[in-house]
Amino acid sequence: MLYRTAGQFKTSYEADQALFPVRQDAILLGVILAFAWVIFPLTASEFTFQTLLIPILIYALAAMGLNILTGYAGQLSLGTAAFMGVGAYACYKMVTIMPWMNPVVAIMLSGVFSAGVGVAFGIPSLRIKGFYLAIATLAAQFFLVWLFEKWAWLYNYNASGAIQVPNLEMFGVYVAGPQADSMVQYYVVLAIVSVMTMLCINLTRGNLGRTWKATRDVDIAAELIGINLMKSKLTAFMVSSYVVGVAGALFVFMWRGAAEPNLFDIPLSFRILFIAIIGGLGSILGNYLGAILIVGLPVVLGTLPAALGIPIASSTVEHINVMMVGGLIVFFLIIEPHGLAQLWRLIREKLIIWPFPH
Amino acid sequence: MLNDIFIKPFVDMFAAPDFLLQVLWEGLVSGILYALIALGFVLIYRSSRIFNFAQGIMVVFAALTLVGLHAMGVPAWVAVVLTLAVMFGLAVTIERVVLRPLVGQPDIILFMATIGITLFLIGLGEIIFGGENKVMITEQLGIPTGSVVLEPWGGLLILEQKDITAVIVAALLVVGLLLFLNKTRMGRAIRALGDDHQAALSVGISLQTIWVLVWFIAGIIALVTGVAWGARAGVSFALEVIAYKALPVLMLGGLESITGAIIGGLMIGMLEKLFEIYWGQPLLGGNTETWFAFVLALIVLLFRPQGLFGEKIIERV
Repeated sequence: MLYRTAGQFKTSYEADQALFPVRQDAILLGVILAFAWVIFPLTASEFTFQTLLIPILIYALAAMGLNILTGYAGQLSLGTAAFMGVGAYACYKMVTIMPWMNPVVAIMLSGVFSAGVGVAFGIPSLRIKGFYLAIATLAAQFFLVWLFEKWAWLYNYNASGAIQVPNLEMFGVYVAGPQADSMVQYYVVLAIVSVMTMLCINLTRGNLGRTWKATRDVDIAAELIGINLMKSKLTAFMVSSYVVGVAGALFVFMWRGAAEPNLFDIPLSFRILFIAIIGGLGSILGNYLGAILIVGLPVVLGTLPAALGIPIASSTVEHINVMMVGGLIVFFLIIEPHGLAQLWRLIREKLIIWPFPH
Repeated sequence: MLNDIFIKPFVDMFAAPDFLLQVLWEGLVSGILYALIALGFVLIYRSSRIFNFAQGIMVVFAALTLVGLHAMGVPAWVAVVLTLAVMFGLAVTIERVVLRPLVGQPDIILFMATIGITLFLIGLGEIIFGGENKVMITEQLGIPTGSVVLEPWGGLLILEQKDITAVIVAALLVVGLLLFLNKTRMGRAIRALGDDHQAALSVGISLQTIWVLVWFIAGIIALVTGVAWGARAGVSFALEVIAYKALPVLMLGGLESITGAIIGGLMIGMLEKLFEIYWGQPLLGGNTETWFAFVLALIVLLFRPQGLFGEKIIERV
């Protein structure tokens, strides 16, 4: 009833190919955006900003980057966290060398560095496929994290070996560093993530996105119809690493405030892979759904025992958390291997014809 | 600079051959353990095309169960049998709960499922056994703990007896496994399933039985690996990182090849030790073992995309 499409006629190909062929989709998105831009910031507490809103957006962005590579172009990567690290360290070097730089510009530029590194590590994908490639991306993962630790220039030779985000100002307001307000940071993250999402949606709908999908589905056939596989795979690595690098810079500058090399270790890579897969490979919406689940679940599980008055040691809660996340991953894979996005697609199909089954 | 890279390391090697041998021996022992983990991977990959990421945590889980049971007062050898029973239970559970509903899904979904299993087992293991480092019950299992001192060319070479035991046991295990796979009915069924699922099913090979069997064998290998590695470094969840070391071994050897897993494991074990001692520590600030194996495998793969011993990749459209 709510989603009835009767009466919405398409009279041109343009209308049929539009971003929102169904009017209700646009309305729904408008409602979600209103929540994100107005209602959440007005009602959220410091705790909500720091444990839910900001991390969900950043994780969703990182997963989106991975999804472009794995979901759209079909190249499995296990090195996402290392590329996030490249973004974060590049951003750190830029704001310390050029303190006058606008922080948002620095964050957007830091992706360029990770894009370069991503292309370099993407070159083996021209020869190697499938799981062999996945393990090859692990080479990037381990090598880069080792480099973050050993190359003292990257963290300005400070004794702790960690990077500390300085206070950064933009138009007279602190946007990063210890003095920044959570709400300001939330708005910066939201703005960047919104723009990047728009970009990704249009890229994947366009010519480049179709090239990636052809490469993913049958690469030899794609080559036969004249797609340059090298160009297709390397652009996928480039765009993906750019998005992931920006997410990494946001991760450190807008959320964590400081970073050690082992922050970018393999568990983070897997976390982002979970988000992309549980959300749904080859979908933009899925990244958000997956991030809400993977970020939100531990918070809910962590507060649940205390709310119910069950006395459990916090370390046990932690372990139960790990176990539950593992179990839920398997559970979601079994009920819907194509992810939460597919689940939403099915629900939407049902809603459109509801209450009549035909 | 060039001297440091190309000449000095080799001069050092010839100046102290006993030290070189010691380094190679250490590399060989860790290489054996990488090879054992890789073997578990290969076995499961061959029979079901599942890239089993949980092999590493199965090693930890088996070792923890063994030590935990012994701490509860169970005699060592009974504990071994009980641990095997636990691993069998685990194999059956994984097959029933996880694999059966996911039959026929794309590879990446199954791979993800095994990462899910990994997380689940980490959580479960920490809750049951606690996270602290434990000592492997080496003596109770009758593994000698002394060391053999050799003096080649007037130098000094120390071989720990438990390492020698590990090498011998690993060799026996591999021979046993090869015999099992090549000579017995069950073993041939496993290989048939690896070659062609549908053809194997059509001649009456039971998918479920074979999967349970394969996961159980992987569990046995995990237990042996866990005992051998635990005797060297204690039993803790840090063991899980050696699972990552098995991945470049697989790349180098090829995902389907048992011989490849063993040769790849030994090669990586020895080469990464050599590189670390003679190049890594003096030139790069050490700790190169974390990535050397991957980069080596990557370079080899650029020339042979299916690994050194893997099945040739034939593509059809």
